[in-house]
Amino acid sequence: MDTALFEYTGGLADDALVSAQRMGWWISRAPELEEDVALANIGLDQLGQARNLLTYAGEIEGEGRSEDDLAYLRDERYFRNVKLVERPMTDFGVAMARLLTFATYQLHLYRTLATGDLGERDETLAAIAAKAVKEVAYHVDHATHWVLRLGDGTEESHTRMQSALDAEWPYLEELFGPLDPVLTGRVADRSALRDAVLSDVRRVVTEATLSVPEVPPALGGGRDGLHTEHLGYLLAEMQHLHRSHPGAKW
Amino acid sequence: MEGVYGNDFGTDQQPDPDRAAPDEAAFAALLAGEGRVEPRDDMPEAYRKTLIRQIAQHAHSEIIGMQPEGNWISRAPSLRRKAILMAKVQDEAGHGLYLYAAAETLGVDRADLVDQLHSGRQKYSSIFNYPTLTWADVGAIGWLVDGAAITNQVPLCRCSYGPYARAMVRVCKEESFHQRQGFEILYTLSHGTPEQKAMAQDAVNRYWWPSLMMFGPPDDDSPNSARSMAWGIKRFSNDDLRQRFVDMTVPQSEALGLGLPDPEIRWNDERGHYDYGEIDFTELFEVIKGNGPCNAERMAHKRRAYDEGAWVRTAAEAYAAKRARATESVA
Ligand SMILES: [Fe+2]
Ligand SMILES: [Fe+2]
Repeated sequence: MDTALFEYTGGLADDALVSAQRMGWWISRAPELEEDVALANIGLDQLGQARNLLTYAGEIEGEGRSEDDLAYLRDERYFRNVKLVERPMTDFGVAMARLLTFATYQLHLYRTLATGDLGERDETLAAIAAKAVKEVAYHVDHATHWVLRLGDGTEESHTRMQSALDAEWPYLEELFGPLDPVLTGRVADRSALRDAVLSDVRRVVTEATLSVPEVPPALGGGRDGLHTEHLGYLLAEMQHLHRSHPGAKW
Repeated sequence: MEGVYGNDFGTDQQPDPDRAAPDEAAFAALLAGEGRVEPRDDMPEAYRKTLIRQIAQHAHSEIIGMQPEGNWISRAPSLRRKAILMAKVQDEAGHGLYLYAAAETLGVDRADLVDQLHSGRQKYSSIFNYPTLTWADVGAIGWLVDGAAITNQVPLCRCSYGPYARAMVRVCKEESFHQRQGFEILYTLSHGTPEQKAMAQDAVNRYWWPSLMMFGPPDDDSPNSARSMAWGIKRFSNDDLRQRFVDMTVPQSEALGLGLPDPEIRWNDERGHYDYGEIDFTELFEVIKGNGPCNAERMAHKRRAYDEGAWVRTAAEAYAAKRARATESVA
């Protein structure tokens, strides 16, 4: 098995899956009806990406595990997502700060996978990414729209948006982890995306009259399965029904 | 009082003295010719009020209906089912949006209607006051509740009020997907493990009678129906629609391999319909009064989301006002 590619694809898949799981919570809880629709859309896009990526991860592994086997039957130590996406979304400002940073990262990542300068591009990842680029471009637009409104809205929204950003910011660094050298030229090197992603996010933050947080990065580890305590609860909820009926079809 | 969505629930309405009385004869002629009433047309005040109430309560039902199924998004047992369920709940939000827009063509504000829901002055369908206790409930809701909604709403595609009729055409297309998806969930469970089959049967047992009650009280106990029929808002009586639903559903339950919790269901050759047992409407009236299993939870959830989003909506307004001032000062 190509372990490096399995781990890399699993990381992309789990980021999207855990993010979709958090996004699904908002449906029926958004500040307005139009936003219920928009957040459901975004969650559905992320879930779709996760399903394609998990299916591919299963193929790379070659042991016959399906998207559901990987989503429902792995324990938290085997999840490869970053901590950014697993933390609770405590209010709408947090949701939008998270979406702005995460979707901007995904946009650069998927673009590079699909059309970046790669000598021996992984064609399956490229195809999955090519479809997802359009989706995450919309996610970035949507988050930008709200960060501007909340940053430059009322005094209260400004304060809440700023503290949301401050809370997300330490977790950005983990997105830009080093590439396993055996994957060079085949997939996007996430460490090389840092400047472009951060400069896009900074531009929105500044236009929203907010300040770019100056905070030290949080401890990483998600890609090695070292998560926050939040992930265990998220997975317990997501997996319990599937696991209660071993081997059943749904 | 009728606990149905796409039906008139009936509450007191004051006439609006500001609106001039239309030419009653011209309106009657329009209806008799099966013409569509459009927002610009003159219409009797009572017709307008009835429609506002019915469309608003239909919209509220779509929105509150997001909760019982939304309850299973995080726990859906496969990623495919999770995606289908998210899309379904999203569709219901969309239905609410079309319907509020249709109501607004009658000169009311969505914000006012939502306010009437929050204060309890307007109702939503009682079916959404039942809890979704197992995954099979998601299937039972799709099959039975969306099925009953379609039965009720297909005739509304020919409703005399144009914007409502057109909204129903879009809504019905999606509801029939929902019904098929619900059937498919139950079919899979019914043909799965013994535990899955038991789960499916239990859900159908709990949702069958409440689904029949969605069509409202029997015809002789339904004060607003006759007027709504004369106005072309309602095309069939409650009991006719209920019979239609039973006739459609009984053969489907056989295809599912699931029983219905009514020993009196049997084909009646003479009538050309299925007979069914008597419905205990005291339960419906209790749920409408607020004593259903989840009335308090549904309203608390809705109000909480609304209150917690207040700062966001205020910020969006403030931002828009700032932009408008900036554009003005440039111009
Ligand atoms: Fe609907
Ligand atoms: Fe539906």
